[in-house]
Amino acid sequence: MSTLDTSRALLEGKNADEVVTKALVRDVELPYGAGTMALITLDNGLDHTKPNTFGPHGLLALNDALDAIAARSDLAAVGVVGKPFIFAVGADLKGAAAVSSREEALAIGRLGHHVFRRLGELDVPSFAFVNGAAMGGGLEIALHCTYRTVSSGVPAIALPECFLGLVPGWGGTQLLPRLIGPERALKLVIENPLSQNRMIKGRDAFALGIADAVFEPADFIEESLRWAAQVLRGEVSVERADHAAADWAPVIDRARTLVDLKLRGASPAPYRALDLMALARTASREEGFAAEDEALADLLMSDELRAGLYAFDLVQRRAKRPAGAPDRSLARPVTKVGVVGAGLMASQLALLFARRLEVPVVMTDLDQARLDKGVGYVHAEVGRLLGKSRISADQANRLKGLVTGSLTKDAFADADFVIEAVFEDLGVKQKVFAEVEEVVSETCVLATNTSSLSVTDMAAGLRHPERVVGFHFFNPVAVLPLLEIVRGAATDDPTLSTAFAVGKTLKKSCVLVKDAPAFVVNRLLTRFMGEVTAAADEGTPLEVADHALDSLGLPMTPFALLQLVGPAVALHVAETMHAAFPDRFGVSGNLAELVAAGKPGLYGPDFQIDPEVRALFEGGSSPSTADEVRLRALRALAQEIRLMLDEGVVSAAQDIDLCMILGAGWPFHTGGITPYLDRTGISEEVTGSRFLEPGVASVPA
Amino acid sequence: MPASREVVFVDGVRTPFGRSGPKGLYAETRADDLVVRVIRELMRRNPGLPPERVDEVAIAATTQIGDQGLTIGRSAAVLAGLPKSVPGYAIDRMCAGAMTAVTTVAGGISFGAYDVAIAGGVEHMGRHPMGEGVDPNPRFLSEQLVDGSALVMGMTAENLHDRYPSITKERADAYAVASQEKVAKAYADGRIQRDLVPMATRRAAEGWGLATVDEAPRPGTTLEGIRGLKTPFRAHGRVTAANSSGINDGATGCIVAAEDVARELGLTPRMRLVSYAFAGVDPEVMGVGPIPSTERALRLAGLSVDDIGLFEINEAFAVQVLAFLEHFGIADDDPRVNPYGGAIAFGHPLASSGVRLMIQLSRAFAERPDVRYGITTMCVGMGMGGTVIWENLS
Repeated sequence: MSTLDTSRALLEGKNADEVVTKALVRDVELPYGAGTMALITLDNGLDHTKPNTFGPHGLLALNDALDAIAARSDLAAVGVVGKPFIFAVGADLKGAAAVSSREEALAIGRLGHHVFRRLGELDVPSFAFVNGAAMGGGLEIALHCTYRTVSSGVPAIALPECFLGLVPGWGGTQLLPRLIGPERALKLVIENPLSQNRMIKGRDAFALGIADAVFEPADFIEESLRWAAQVLRGEVSVERADHAAADWAPVIDRARTLVDLKLRGASPAPYRALDLMALARTASREEGFAAEDEALADLLMSDELRAGLYAFDLVQRRAKRPAGAPDRSLARPVTKVGVVGAGLMASQLALLFARRLEVPVVMTDLDQARLDKGVGYVHAEVGRLLGKSRISADQANRLKGLVTGSLTKDAFADADFVIEAVFEDLGVKQKVFAEVEEVVSETCVLATNTSSLSVTDMAAGLRHPERVVGFHFFNPVAVLPLLEIVRGAATDDPTLSTAFAVGKTLKKSCVLVKDAPAFVVNRLLTRFMGEVTAAADEGTPLEVADHALDSLGLPMTPFALLQLVGPAVALHVAETMHAAFPDRFGVSGNLAELVAAGKPGLYGPDFQIDPEVRALFEGGSSPSTADEVRLRALRALAQEIRLMLDEGVVSAAQDIDLCMILGAGWPFHTGGITPYLDRTGISEEVTGSRFLEPGVASVPA
Repeated sequence: MPASREVVFVDGVRTPFGRSGPKGLYAETRADDLVVRVIRELMRRNPGLPPERVDEVAIAATTQIGDQGLTIGRSAAVLAGLPKSVPGYAIDRMCAGAMTAVTTVAGGISFGAYDVAIAGGVEHMGRHPMGEGVDPNPRFLSEQLVDGSALVMGMTAENLHDRYPSITKERADAYAVASQEKVAKAYADGRIQRDLVPMATRRAAEGWGLATVDEAPRPGTTLEGIRGLKTPFRAHGRVTAANSSGINDGATGCIVAAEDVARELGLTPRMRLVSYAFAGVDPEVMGVGPIPSTERALRLAGLSVDDIGLFEINEAFAVQVLAFLEHFGIADDDPRVNPYGGAIAFGHPLASSGVRLMIQLSRAFAERPDVRYGITTMCVGMGMGGTVIWENLS
């Protein structure tokens, strides 16, 4: 049987609910008498919020269109264009998550190649007109064409496969490096996906040589067709550099080093992509595409990819519809915000609220100098945004005007939302809220940015405890997307709904958590770091302890994280957690000594262990191996997560993972953390069962 | 006409004209997008004109709502990517909208208010059928200010046949067939395509397409073929779909400039504005409008009709062209009249047509350097005529 028949037989019954991207073909008479172009419009029939994707049915539809085109002899060219605002954004991920055998996975890779490569093997030249977002397989369709134009209005062009745990294996690894050279290709295939899945814009794609011409969006289609006519008539010639002659090895080796630094082998996809790109310099199309098929089949059947797809779904869907959030209609409007405190955290919050809510934000502090510093910080940050042209001069004026300071809390009288960011002490915070309650309306929401104190306790003693909610940001506030919204014992639904509405306007991903010590991210990080620190206390060499978890590919090692957070803060949280759960959370004496010594962490400015710190940790008598440290830390995480789920800290393991991805930057290939604990058997070993059913974030059994 | 500065027509382009309706070229294309495309093509074809030197964008539309609303001259300028410093406005004189846009900016240039302006018009009669949203004052009829037939253009054409009994249906049909033949020949000779800007035409169910030629012409039209057509405006009448312009979608635009500025910028003026005039007539015979407007424009220019070597007259109806010719003693088949054919074949997207006439006159001028003067003229609903006299600079 041919590739097509095999694929059809394997895939046709699958994915019954695929949103099929149709290949609509219309004949276009090109200007200047350049002949007839069969113009294929990719369109799934929905608006731009539901972009074109390719599952088996979409691929077969495109194949049918190409069959009809290939049978004609009256054509001068073939064109491919997307629907308004969207070219195509790649493979149908829902379908990818449903692949159940390697045979099926292989068929998907082969079918994609079979169809896409035809665009480069017709008797007439083919043109891709990239009028909108082009990602993954969408961009690969364009790469298979003879020529490409791109709209300067395209906001997103990317090969995000390695971000998810795949390779751009419908031709991307073979065609792109040959088109633009390995160095530039690596930017799209490796660097951008591993940098929070960065995308490039239309003009960048032209500058990189991905597109041969760039036109403005206002009449992009017409000007692209005019350009195609000029190319066909020989009035415009397209120069392409030959990249195959150079030695690609040094460039690819450098990229491999970079991948190692980030992932330490934790996810196979970028390594496979590098191997394929190395092959591309000399491989024939047959060899190259066949190697891509094998890589796709392996990766589609890998747990790392399934965890990646699960994580992507969490971030794309669950983060936008937080589990357990009350009805949106209960939310009260917020037209003015108060911030208690004028320290760094308070100032960051004031800036964020002013920028996103665009309402007056008043900061209070007892000390005029601190207040001036806080307001000054906001104004300076606004100035920086203006300097980077992120905002206009008028917007800068507006933002500066919105943020003011006051020595007394009377200024909160007409605020609808007051958040405190004062010293992390229950008594202090209770006093602050009591003072605020004296001046604000009965329905003004009182939010606390506490990272470890009890929201319920903080509300105790207020006349209206139902208006108190936890609003736990992560530092730096402007960057990290997670917001843990904490429901205290008395918190009512309108307060909670208002908190979610505010969080959404702040462009944060909100997760509802119960009022439990340190909530989710800090509790797990503290538990995890506590185990690693304990191992070091016991005599495990510091480097061994710190690198014991490298194989997970976390964004930083435990001690690097300690350095970022600051030993004093880490110690404070550890003490709080120890007070709450003395059996599981210890307090390291060495950590306390580190704080007392005023060290910024374990590492010196040269990124080596500070010898004085090393001396401080000496004396342990029962060192562990790296494996033992890793298992110990992971087992502790599994135990803690199970307890948190039993306590109802969050509604499901999915929320734990979402928090770790968005608040701690834990990677997609671990699916946050529970998919990793499940697939390594640690969940079952420690807690007696998995966190997620097989198939949810892993290859189905 | 006293002028402080000479005003010239530099260049004009238009979209291909489509037939209105669900099967037409532009069934799913926005009117403002047609205008945007025309403006961008004008700028592209005249690279010597810095965008910030455009002092005004005057765009006409008869129905100024929806995608023809929002002060379309301004909104299209912004959408076309002209600098935000370039102002724009919307203007309306129904069928003579684009013509009025040209004369109005010309007045401003002559006065010294502008150096360079873009003027044009659009009508998407598929999205905005004639009379959409109108609310005629009842006094028109109660006080017999106008006849009941005045707002139905086909009826006014029948009324015009009554006024000129010598203009028979046979003459009108013959004129219409000749118009189709002239358009077919002009296309064959490549005289039309050079000023058409290809326009993307997307249909949700069919994908993207491209309009490169007018949709309305019916080459091969014969007298026999059209003789038996219905006369929808009057039983046993004379006005048929074949001897009238159609219901169409399209946009036009042109660059109008002070002559000295055009030369300073290295633009090539094609015609100089000599005079213009508008005139009112009884609304129920609006097709007679070009006669008094032309007489007035000739008088202002100090010219007689014998000085005019080329006529571009809008063919809203064959009878209205024939009435004009009869009045001035010109033969039905005079080669000076609409040498490339007219609206009966091209179509008549109301407010856009005035600039189509100017584009064609400027091209005819280029082929006839011996001709010094030409006119563009058209009839207008509610009983008006408009005429612009141009001097050949080729």
